[in-house]
Amino acid sequence: MCGIVGLFSKSPEIESNLGKYLSQMLIEMSERGPDSSGVAIYRTPTDKSHFKITLIAPDEAYDWSKLADDLSKIFAQPVDYEVRANQATYVIPQREEKLRDWFFENHPSLKLLSSGKSIEIYKSLGLPSRVIENFNIHELTGTHALGHSRMATESAVTVQHSHPFSTGEDLCLVHNGSLSNHNRLRRKLIKKGIVFHTDNDSEVAAGYITSRLIDGDDLDEALAAAVYDLDGFYTFAVGTKDGFAVMRDPIACKPAVIAETDSWVAMASEYRALAVLPEAENADCWEPVPSKIYSWKH
Amino acid sequence: MAEFDLDQINIRELNSSLHASDVAAMESNWKIVNTKGRHAIAVGIDAKINITIDGHVGYYCAGMNKQATITINGHCGPGIAENMMSGEVRVTGNASQYAGATAHGGLLVIEGNASSRCGISMKGIDIVVKGNVGHMSAFMAQKGRLVVCGDAGEALGDSLYEARIYVRGKVSSLGADCIEKPMKSKHKAELRELLDNANLLNISTDEFRRYGSARTLYHFSIDNLGAY
Repeated sequence: MCGIVGLFSKSPEIESNLGKYLSQMLIEMSERGPDSSGVAIYRTPTDKSHFKITLIAPDEAYDWSKLADDLSKIFAQPVDYEVRANQATYVIPQREEKLRDWFFENHPSLKLLSSGKSIEIYKSLGLPSRVIENFNIHELTGTHALGHSRMATESAVTVQHSHPFSTGEDLCLVHNGSLSNHNRLRRKLIKKGIVFHTDNDSEVAAGYITSRLIDGDDLDEALAAAVYDLDGFYTFAVGTKDGFAVMRDPIACKPAVIAETDSWVAMASEYRALAVLPEAENADCWEPVPSKIYSWKH
Repeated sequence: MAEFDLDQINIRELNSSLHASDVAAMESNWKIVNTKGRHAIAVGIDAKINITIDGHVGYYCAGMNKQATITINGHCGPGIAENMMSGEVRVTGNASQYAGATAHGGLLVIEGNASSRCGISMKGIDIVVKGNVGHMSAFMAQKGRLVVCGDAGEALGDSLYEARIYVRGKVSSLGADCIEKPMKSKHKAELRELLDNANLLNISTDEFRRYGSARTLYHFSIDNLGAY
């Protein structure tokens, strides 16, 4: 199974309550995926010369101020950071990829969850309520967000195997379904330089889209190509810096429903996750048709 | 009219109340509010009662219905009226996947569109859809009638048995062994009755086409040996 939700704000009211609404939506999807859950939220974008990274430590005792000091020395300027439970977000004046080797040597227990201008990813094992409470997701504001509750079917239940998967700047993917050609595709993508952290099928889908975007596709083109190159069942929701997109496979067994009002657009595996949103009863509400890409941008 | 508020009681309490042996004697008109996409609302009813459901519903609403007339004022999730035996289920909005799946009898009316696999493996139910139906509708349909006043998606009636399909609009493609058949006066009369039962009195039978099984998959054919 698995449950996915996405919320895209079209009004200041939704933006200032984005975390609260997304949390309520994700909790409705608890029964669809009790193994682990995660949220990607796009908020407080950095200025032109800075980038944001989200890191996860093995536990809450991690010395984040030491990391901040280390980074401040490297960049010869103070580094802003924000800690939430065992995760922290740092704003740094260069791309994360130049720091990868340094992280590996100096802070080997940290794992990178996301990097970009505005994306932040939070993940925990267990029910959606746990990720929401651990990281105070309900208090976050932002422009758009995706959430996932996982019922694991093809790879281990760990935080690393939890959705959303991010394999490129400001890009993330949540998936309900299973892919059958992910091993071969992963090998091809590794040769092209895409880095994977797990043996999970959904991470390959995220890596595939990243690879297409690097090659010059826009998100719609990348998803259109995915219909041919990904074999399996899927409803995807893909987040980018400006918005998100939804696509179902040509058979469309995995459920999805989209609703829209003047103040928001939202998608979920089931309508009950949308019912928590203001004016949901009167929203335009439809089921996305197979292989069609639905996308919204700010 | 008696009312159930799903913000006050849970689904099990609702369905148990509607399963009471004297439910019809107690009250013939029931209303359910605050549905909020919840699953399995009004499932397994076996009583001659009217149930009005205000709001969108989740999976398997009105499943296994016998005798009851159930109206959903809203959209419904997957599996509406699945395995219905008799009675009537009406959805004023759209229906998700496999509406009326495997149902043996009764009438299912969808006033909006139905999604994929509408009437999959239907076994005697009549389904009338005012809008369109999605791909693989009436897949392996055995008995009953599917009326589509709009368009039908890909692979309509794939591996069809003896169910009859009437479509007014465009058919994207026919599934294996499904063919168009002549629309004779007896079929027009049958269609008229179905449309009237669905309260679609203003829709003429003239533009409908009839589809059914070519019955070539019923028996082993030596010509197909190469395919095995």
